[in-house]
Amino acid sequence: MGLSATDQKNPGNMPNLAVNVGGIRMKNPVTTASGTFGFGPEYAPYLDLNHLGAIIVKGITLSPRTGNPTPRLAETPAGILNSIGLQNPGVERFIAEALPFLVKYDLPVIVNIAGDTVNDYAYLAEKLSRATGVAGLEVNISCPNVKKGGMQFGSDPATAAEVTHAVKESTDLPVIVKLSPNVTNIVAVAEKVAKAGADALSMINTLLGLAIDIKKKRPVLGNIMGGLSGPAVKPVALRAVWQVYQEVKLPIIGMGGIMTAEDAIEFILAGATAVAVGTANFVNPRATVEVIDGIERYLAENKIKDISELTGLAQKHK
Amino acid sequence: MLLVEAIVSKQEQIVPGHYRLYLFAPKIAEAAKPGQFLHIRCSNALDPLLRRPISIHAVDRAKSEVILFYRVAGRGTALLSKNKAGDRLSILGPLGQGFSIPGARTKVAVVSGGIGIAPLYFLLQEMAGSGICADVFLGAVTAKQLFFSEEIMNFGHRVIPSTDDGSAGYHGTVTALFEEHIQKDNEQSNLPMYNKDSLIYGCGPHGMLKRLTEIINKSGISGEISLEERMGCGVGACLSCVCKIRDKEGGVQYRRACVEGPVFAAGEVIWD
Repeated sequence: MGLSATDQKNPGNMPNLAVNVGGIRMKNPVTTASGTFGFGPEYAPYLDLNHLGAIIVKGITLSPRTGNPTPRLAETPAGILNSIGLQNPGVERFIAEALPFLVKYDLPVIVNIAGDTVNDYAYLAEKLSRATGVAGLEVNISCPNVKKGGMQFGSDPATAAEVTHAVKESTDLPVIVKLSPNVTNIVAVAEKVAKAGADALSMINTLLGLAIDIKKKRPVLGNIMGGLSGPAVKPVALRAVWQVYQEVKLPIIGMGGIMTAEDAIEFILAGATAVAVGTANFVNPRATVEVIDGIERYLAENKIKDISELTGLAQKHK
Repeated sequence: MLLVEAIVSKQEQIVPGHYRLYLFAPKIAEAAKPGQFLHIRCSNALDPLLRRPISIHAVDRAKSEVILFYRVAGRGTALLSKNKAGDRLSILGPLGQGFSIPGARTKVAVVSGGIGIAPLYFLLQEMAGSGICADVFLGAVTAKQLFFSEEIMNFGHRVIPSTDDGSAGYHGTVTALFEEHIQKDNEQSNLPMYNKDSLIYGCGPHGMLKRLTEIINKSGISGEISLEERMGCGVGACLSCVCKIRDKEGGVQYRRACVEGPVFAAGEVIWD
């Protein structure tokens, strides 16, 4: 990734892309959505990880998880349904085997954590706080694909707050809480989580969905239901960011169907401080860096000096 | 592991619904090994969204071409079949672990079911280059779908065909043909051609591969099979394409077809 044409003409007047998400300083507002970027090495052949604003790694649990039965993926109109089921090596092996690779980069590492109980979250937070190279935690209370925990925690404002509180008590790292769209009132959950001490919010996790194979006359996914992501969910995600930005004064990492810089800019205009690229990585391994370049071009073309001027700007123009 | 824009050199229909696609992609043609695959974006639109994994069928290093052979199975491959010379396609590859290339004196059997010949053809091309003559058990539903039989013979291999409808060769499944062949080999000879130093390679539909691995495992001969799975990213991140594999300690693990596969040792695959 070189300098864009605009930068080369005007090197002294580059827009500021750096953001601060609840204490995590990112050189640009683009990170990766958990579960779509592995632990980093998977995409290192295709882009320089140093260019990313941050990386949010695959969800980590206390013990290793084998994940859900196959098939785990179904393609749907302009989207995908997945039911991976948090397959991961467990926190011990993550720290020993995956983290050392990422520490070599100039890149804030945000670890997504998921538990069966409130205590699991607290333990994971404590354990990861003592590891070298973790910049922040993303608390996954919104995974639709696990039987225990996951979305259960995120769909009730009181339990969402309880998990947030327990994590905050167990760590000095910035705590981002990832919200589920599978609720009647996402603002109510966001408000409770904010009161419980969250430093930032990620939204949205996947939407619970279903696909049926009409030849076999049964659900496509081994686990029946799965989480919908990709361009199909973008309007839902944008709406959630818009609503929460109005009521909650926490930085938001917006995500849900971002394929291009234009999509990312919509999220920022709705109120996101940063954005995460998810499903797009599967389609275009260089989606993250192309989004970063596009945001930079947009700022230059619109003579916006600092990305922060853009956050929530559309809220003023309604 | 490259992300490149390949230029379509040509595309030809072999029989209805089955195409050979020739792509000008010098770096990929240079790096590709038999059993590896390409992850191809079939459309620039958002629907269908995902890339399609297609095994590498052959390479023409003189022309810097990588060649695919595929069957139209859904929307992605239907779009792919519309590509003409000069069109450009976003290609990720070569990906995955391919077949191990046997030593020069190894007795090799290749067992193919239908479109399964796609990656095995590349293996046969490479083996011919190193002077190995394999027994190729070429199975199909019907005679017209016994793909590339003459080309494979011209490589110097022996082709033993089978068809489900009996329109050519052995009347029955390719696995039944192969099993009879191994049994005869054992019964009629004090020095069977297939022994523990032999290698069996297989690719084809799920049921055929399941049966083939049973035969391979019973015979005590080593084998490698190429699996086809639903795939997301193709680079090991999404954990969608996992297969149940028995590890060395006897435990069961999910392994990614895109990174640890798509070729696995026949003995380690666990079939549901």
